[in-house]
Amino acid sequence: MTTEAVAFPQNRTCPYHPPAAYDSLRDERPLSRVTLWDGREVWLVTGHRTARTLLADQRLSTDSTRDDFPLPTERAASVRRRRRAALLGWDDPEHNTQRRMLIPSFSLKRTDGMRPRIQATVDRLLDDMEAAGPQAELVSAFALPVPSIVICDLLGVPYEDHEFFEEQSRRLLRGPTAADTEDALARLEGYLGDLLDGKQAKAGEGVLDDLVARQKLEGRPGRDELVELATILLVAGHETTANMISLGTYALLSHPERLAELRASPELLPTAVEELLRFLSIADGMLRVAREDVEVDGEVIRAGDGVVFSTSLINRDGSAYADPDTLDWARPARHHVGFGFGIHQCLGQNLARAELEIALGTLLRRLPGLRLAVPAEDIPFKPGDTIQGLLELPVTW
Amino acid sequence: MRISLDTDVCIGAGQCALLSPDVFTQDDDGFGTVVPGHPDEPEGPLVREAARACPVGAITLAEA
Repeated sequence: MTTEAVAFPQNRTCPYHPPAAYDSLRDERPLSRVTLWDGREVWLVTGHRTARTLLADQRLSTDSTRDDFPLPTERAASVRRRRRAALLGWDDPEHNTQRRMLIPSFSLKRTDGMRPRIQATVDRLLDDMEAAGPQAELVSAFALPVPSIVICDLLGVPYEDHEFFEEQSRRLLRGPTAADTEDALARLEGYLGDLLDGKQAKAGEGVLDDLVARQKLEGRPGRDELVELATILLVAGHETTANMISLGTYALLSHPERLAELRASPELLPTAVEELLRFLSIADGMLRVAREDVEVDGEVIRAGDGVVFSTSLINRDGSAYADPDTLDWARPARHHVGFGFGIHQCLGQNLARAELEIALGTLLRRLPGLRLAVPAEDIPFKPGDTIQGLLELPVTW
Repeated sequence: MRISLDTDVCIGAGQCALLSPDVFTQDDDGFGTVVPGHPDEPEGPLVREAARACPVGAITLAEA
């Protein structure tokens, strides 16, 4: 096993398929070796069963401040080597304390209760789009504003500030330079710190207001922790879903038969959303470091070894999904790792499901003539070192 | 089949309640719980699916 390790991450060649450069890794399942930007060799997990085993194993840590934690870009290293993100950067028991403060706000009942407001938001944005149509750039007119408005509503962040926090989130996740990333995080934290201080004086009804109330009552979370929690909730709450809406629409337009099935049988939507989460795997690279030796599938991951999970290859493992590169509403896609697995599985997953069902379902119903306004190959998409999605999606109807 | 769910381990993902809503639900705080008086003969395969879907292995099934 001394072949040269493939570099990770790579750019996708088609925006919804795993990078072609990983093709050789698909035959090496469930574990391969890859090289990161800093020359470090780490494990790449590509097998579905192995991924679920390892993601549930708390001997693997998410503490990005450890010297041996694998970070996929210089940008990420510049920020996360010094300071870890709330929730995702912590192991239990600290992670558990933070997560349990937030679980009630993201329950099925709470997210189901948000459906009418999500629907109203989607309807209003489509009204505006239709009035200005019959052409639109779908990322800025629809895919980004839907989750952005919804997360503002849920957290208690004024949507009128969206241009600021969307821009800082973009710089935080995509740079281009490490300096951009650091500056964007500082600006976001400054903004949210001021917002939270304001809520001390005058509380509203959002999740952030609830956290401030808890702080007054219990002394925790402290101000820094509160700001860190607000930052991850706001960024993760809009960037990810926006990418799923744009890339999901593009994938549907590229699969006219699947699109027709969905239009004819809207009751397929929840299943289709699950399959799209599997198929698109937009968060393509989850990161861990082994705290102690872990034996898996005849290999030993040594203490201090970096472990990277390729969501897209795991979700296209042929031993877990028949014909894995095909988009298929009939398959049981439920056990995908699009939201991760283990204690860090996405906190907002049921909010995301509700947003995707409503956004994609309403878009297809209201615009039966929806199609790309430029050739598919001209649509720009994001590089491999960030959350996957489209930069622009010009459509007409 | 005896079905138990460890609320101390639960992270509120909701997979169990989505997959097997006759047997699992979420309490007011969003934590998974077994529906009291759920059907005696629950859909075995669905309950097993729910147990498998749980990201933190909070569900234990024991054949009676």
